[in-house]
Amino acid sequence: MEAAGLSKFMRRIAFTVNHQIYFIEVDPETPLLWVLRDTLGMKGTKYGCGLGLCGACTVHLDGEARRSCQTPIGSVGAKKVTTIEGLSRNRNHPVQRTWIEEQVPQCGYCQSGQIMQAAAFLSANPQPTREQIDEAMKGNICRCGTYQRIRRAIERAAAESVTGGNAE
Amino acid sequence: MIAVSRRAFLKTSGETAAAFVLGFYLPLRGKKSGAVAGTSARVLQINAWLKISTDNQVTILVEKPELGQGSRTYTPMIIAEELEVDWSAIRVEQAPTIPAVYQGLRTGGSGGVVNTYASLRKVGAQAREMLIAAAAHEWNAKKADCKAESGAVIHVPTRRCLSYGELVEAASLLPLINPDEILLKQPKDFRVIGKSLPRTDVPSKVEGSAAFGMDVRVPGMLFAVIARCPYFGGKLATVNSVAARAVPGVRAVFPVPPLARHYNTAGGVAVVADSTWTAIQGRKKLVLHWEKESGGSENTEALHDLVAKKAAGSPTFIAIDRGDALEVLSGSAKTVEACYESPFQAHATMEPMNTTVHVREREIEVWSPTQFADEVQSEIAKLSGFPLDKVIVHMALSGGSFGRRYQWDYAAEAWQVAKEIKKPVQLVWTREDDMQHDFYRPYNYQHLRGAFDDDGNLAAVSTRVVTTPIARTNLYTSFRESPETLSDPATTAALEWYGGDMAPYSVPNCRLDYSPAESVVPRSWWRSVASSYTVFAKECFIDELAYARGRDALQFRLDLLTAKTPEAARLHAVLELAAKGSGWGEPLPKGCGRGIACCPGDSCSAQVAEVRVTEDGTVQVLRVVSAVDCGLAIHPNGVRAMTEGAINFALTAVLTGEITIKDGAVEQSNFHDYEVLRIHQAPEIEVHIVPSLEEPSGVGELGAMLLPAAVANAVFAATGVRVRRLPIKPELFKHSKG
Repeated sequence: MEAAGLSKFMRRIAFTVNHQIYFIEVDPETPLLWVLRDTLGMKGTKYGCGLGLCGACTVHLDGEARRSCQTPIGSVGAKKVTTIEGLSRNRNHPVQRTWIEEQVPQCGYCQSGQIMQAAAFLSANPQPTREQIDEAMKGNICRCGTYQRIRRAIERAAAESVTGGNAE
Repeated sequence: MIAVSRRAFLKTSGETAAAFVLGFYLPLRGKKSGAVAGTSARVLQINAWLKISTDNQVTILVEKPELGQGSRTYTPMIIAEELEVDWSAIRVEQAPTIPAVYQGLRTGGSGGVVNTYASLRKVGAQAREMLIAAAAHEWNAKKADCKAESGAVIHVPTRRCLSYGELVEAASLLPLINPDEILLKQPKDFRVIGKSLPRTDVPSKVEGSAAFGMDVRVPGMLFAVIARCPYFGGKLATVNSVAARAVPGVRAVFPVPPLARHYNTAGGVAVVADSTWTAIQGRKKLVLHWEKESGGSENTEALHDLVAKKAAGSPTFIAIDRGDALEVLSGSAKTVEACYESPFQAHATMEPMNTTVHVREREIEVWSPTQFADEVQSEIAKLSGFPLDKVIVHMALSGGSFGRRYQWDYAAEAWQVAKEIKKPVQLVWTREDDMQHDFYRPYNYQHLRGAFDDDGNLAAVSTRVVTTPIARTNLYTSFRESPETLSDPATTAALEWYGGDMAPYSVPNCRLDYSPAESVVPRSWWRSVASSYTVFAKECFIDELAYARGRDALQFRLDLLTAKTPEAARLHAVLELAAKGSGWGEPLPKGCGRGIACCPGDSCSAQVAEVRVTEDGTVQVLRVVSAVDCGLAIHPNGVRAMTEGAINFALTAVLTGEITIKDGAVEQSNFHDYEVLRIHQAPEIEVHIVPSLEEPSGVGELGAMLLPAAVANAVFAATGVRVRRLPIKPELFKHSKG
């Protein structure tokens, strides 16, 4: 069912990113990563490896962490996409707050993916052990070596969710 | 003896003090250089680094590239300290690439903060004094009766007060005060420097708005990738691009010639398209044939044989010769010797190389994540024939660098592509491009021999360093001309063997000599450069010597640091600090061990690593305790962050990282076969900073120098197996019991 005026590769696709519906014309094989970055101009999601090995492109699909470089746009369907831009207003997601408190980022390139991975993980497992944190985060590479701070930031977010933290 | 440090080299090649150019930015001074949106406030520039608005916003221009090391926080702190303004009032902006004004548009050698410390204090002090002068003039008062405080000038006798915003217009029209005549603050009076203030770039990096080179977007831009010749020194034989051109969205396909040694680009075929993904798809459809040149026969096994042979032959030059080490060695009954080897390493920055270029009729605009913006500008000017001031370079944030972005090959390639297209083009390197066309840490091999005298004192150490020298392929101007430079120890010192000197250990007879080995693989600086392997060999060998004498590894080092020099004393202190923090000497479970290492320099540091070696030969680094004496720590949390990062970075090279060559091409291509450290492998890290008011010194690379030896020595303590080749392979433990 080829749409008029489109090449045989292109399809009209509608999908939801950060509560907004977008209509685009694109090859359905195009990874969500490149649709976000090059078609929609949402550049917070990063390209790191293109093979799902580094986690820099992590987004949420219906709240679950997914590698957007391994997610063809044609497979997204009705699933709701959340990117770093849509994780919170004013950087106030608990993970973003503790990321700032622990001064995690150095170069920062991997951190969108780290934060999206950590946010999805904590919503599924709000009180993780150190081992569970490592297990959940080991698909996300940080070459600057901020791992110790990432652990602390996740533990702090978990602790603050019990105490109520400084949530506003 | 040659005493050329890499820092000295970097200083002489461009890191000169910026103070004397403070007045050069006259065109903008005193003029309105902008407006504050939504207000009637005006912005005025006091000197090249400072803009102050009439409503009291202070903007500091940062000339250093931000690679993750904190330039956009730590360098403005230095200015803010002398300016006497509250940190919360500061905004930060990247300075334009105008080398005549800003001489620090690059960073390297851990010098981003420390090389600008002296000059940026003067920048802040100059502005402060001019604001005071303006206030004194306004009040018809004596300058001596006025003082600056929290963004305002106060007339002390009358308590009158004018804010910087009220004074900036008058101050920016005053003649510039010579900053060398201004009294700077005493370190004991610092209120900003020495505080772990929140980094200015962190909020943007947790909300995804920080713009890296890959995030540059310009209206009408296209995206490009290049299919590069995989064989170093090889070239394109034929290409069929029919299928590539047929991919919807592909706009152009054309060959890109390799640029010679000066740039060291591989050359290949460019595919330009509407989007990054389309360009990558187009590239997949190219039918390419490459021609190997003589380098096409290179492989890692042969390189190993070559360096081992060179280590046994005559050296090309003798770099250090104190006493007569060879004589003592040949006459000694008690000698120890060992060879250490480590392979090529990739930088593998998380953001692959990229640059966006727009070639217009009379002007070229460049957006590049670079460690070396002024060189990107001058090289593109040279290549294009455009005047320097018609090449506008915007420094984008870099997603890691570690020495990689000191090269400008990727910017030159982007210009090659953009000049064929009338639109702005972003050249993107895929991970595979980045892994296979890096400038790698040199392959290296070291042979160390030591001798004790009859009383059991260490009498002589001889070190042979063999590397595939950086000098042959590095893009740096002074080192391109080879091989002549290789016979000049002063020139090669910094690049090939720096860090190998035994001093300040008291060893009466010391020799260090060097031989280069040929390779077609491009090489360059990699976080801590030569020290990343020379300190590994030296500090492992010290451990072997201690063991040969049945001595404790810490005490053996302390006893060698008896020279009455500041460096020996500082090293002594950091060793004891790290040992104390680590519980040195306390028992550990079976299969676990501690190892220690230290390294002198402008910054002195010691590390103790604690490891466990599992039954299957997996080395787990559990904990690293680091003691750092970097003089005055401008931002203590930044010192900790850099140390943690350097330790994690070096762990990749110790545990898994290895670039191997087959048929003149890199065998690895992505993170599945060049495995970098992941969170579950990351140790606990403790950083102890020695309190100091001495001049600050760099820390970006420090942790990376020490880590390999600390871990290798810990592995020996745990298993009795010596690690002499990196990365550590499980097979090493096959014939030993844990």
